[in-house]
Amino acid sequence: MDRDATADVNAPHSMGTTIIGVTYNGGVILGADSRTSTGLYVANRASDKITQLTDNVYICRSGSAADSQIVSDYVRYFLHQHTIQLGQPATVKVAANLVRLLSYNNKNMLQTGIIVGGWDKYEGGKIYGIPLGGTILEQPFAIGGSGSSYLYGFFDQAWKEGMTKDEAEQLVVKAVSLAIARDGASGGVVRTVTINSEGVTRNFYPGDQLPLWHEEVEAHNSLLDILNASSPEPMST
Amino acid sequence: MPSEQKLGSAIVDTVFANMVSSQNESSLLSSEGDSQRTQYPYVTGTSVIGIKYKDGILMAADMGGSYGSTIRYKSVERLKQVGKHSLIGASGEISDFQEILRYLDELILHDSMWDDGNSLGPKEVHNYLTRVLYNRRNKFDPLWNSLVLGGVKNGQKYLGSVSMIGVHFEDDHVATGFGNHLARPILREEWREDLTFEEGVKLLEKCMRNLLYRDRSAVNKLQIAKITEEGLTISQPYSLKTFWNFAAFKNPTVGAEGSW
Repeated sequence: MDRDATADVNAPHSMGTTIIGVTYNGGVILGADSRTSTGLYVANRASDKITQLTDNVYICRSGSAADSQIVSDYVRYFLHQHTIQLGQPATVKVAANLVRLLSYNNKNMLQTGIIVGGWDKYEGGKIYGIPLGGTILEQPFAIGGSGSSYLYGFFDQAWKEGMTKDEAEQLVVKAVSLAIARDGASGGVVRTVTINSEGVTRNFYPGDQLPLWHEEVEAHNSLLDILNASSPEPMST
Repeated sequence: MPSEQKLGSAIVDTVFANMVSSQNESSLLSSEGDSQRTQYPYVTGTSVIGIKYKDGILMAADMGGSYGSTIRYKSVERLKQVGKHSLIGASGEISDFQEILRYLDELILHDSMWDDGNSLGPKEVHNYLTRVLYNRRNKFDPLWNSLVLGGVKNGQKYLGSVSMIGVHFEDDHVATGFGNHLARPILREEWREDLTFEEGVKLLEKCMRNLLYRDRSAVNKLQIAKITEEGLTISQPYSLKTFWNFAAFKNPTVGAEGSW
């Protein structure tokens, strides 16, 4: 019983995770939950899984926290050098390929699925999915992490080409929120990052402000508030 | 206390693993992480079918990329051009196929840099792929693919296949994966030397429809590619109609309630 309570705090930190990347008519929106778990314990309930590589390219990380962090550190370093040598901002495609190279060439040792999203002046907003194994696929939208299992049907129905920025943002928040509702390994807050020609905007949607889904009920400070709000003697026989 | 012991052994294990890995290359005792060894596939494509026809080669493959039992990607192009004369179709791990395409790109580039008027034909490309796959297999680090290679050069049609362990064939009709079991029997009965383009496409579609019914990883979105002396075309993605309107399907348990 003691063992259950402490859980395995030495288990590898893994981001259960729900991550999403979506293109819209002007750029991309990246979204993610904020839960990092060590076995059954939530090691970090407010992690930031959307990581910057350059001014115009960000990634969503899933799988092993350590593996995804080290891959993003290496790619940030390589892109920094590349930008200096090139003399202009790196393209999203180049960033994605660098991630692919690390994922593919170390496929036996890494356990991380990554979504690369950004905006460059040549191709506009682009999303690249790089799952386990190092396959690279350019997609209008991408989903990943354990929570994404619950979103395949949702996106099949709700995704539309050529959405506006606000429509796309709402779609991403709704989707992460739905995944959090069903995936034990996803939770916390919803973070989004919007990247377009004008720059980068970060948004934060706290867990208590997300919509309620099936079998979820309104939150209260205390039962006493409920009792006092209704009739004077609600619990009389 | 159990947690302390676990921590202790974790440190020892890490130190040991680092020692072994610093010896580099594969010793028989190395753990999984130190050297590349036989892997498992993650994102996979299913069958590819290829046939010779009157004017050249026809090849078909669907556009699915499965992730275990999930149909994760539905727009993966598994038929690609190689140089002037060849067409490659791949099943198996998509990341390894993407790497193979890079190898082939380099091969064709170097061939073209000779600037000698000659260019690699399908037979040569097939042989190159066979060597690459076989040598990787010998190092216990395979490229997890089964490939179909077809083309026409100087009027000669060529169609071959090669598997992840380097087994290679050359034939009038080839297939990978499920295609071997479901498509080739159809082709053995109905293939002819003088198939027209239309007949060839219909034959391939008959095979692909069968695969759609019976292969769990098949996806109803496919491409058919044609390569002749003149050149190569890969069709736009399209879907096949399927047929479910049989009396036996509507009432499968008539006369035998409880059966299926």
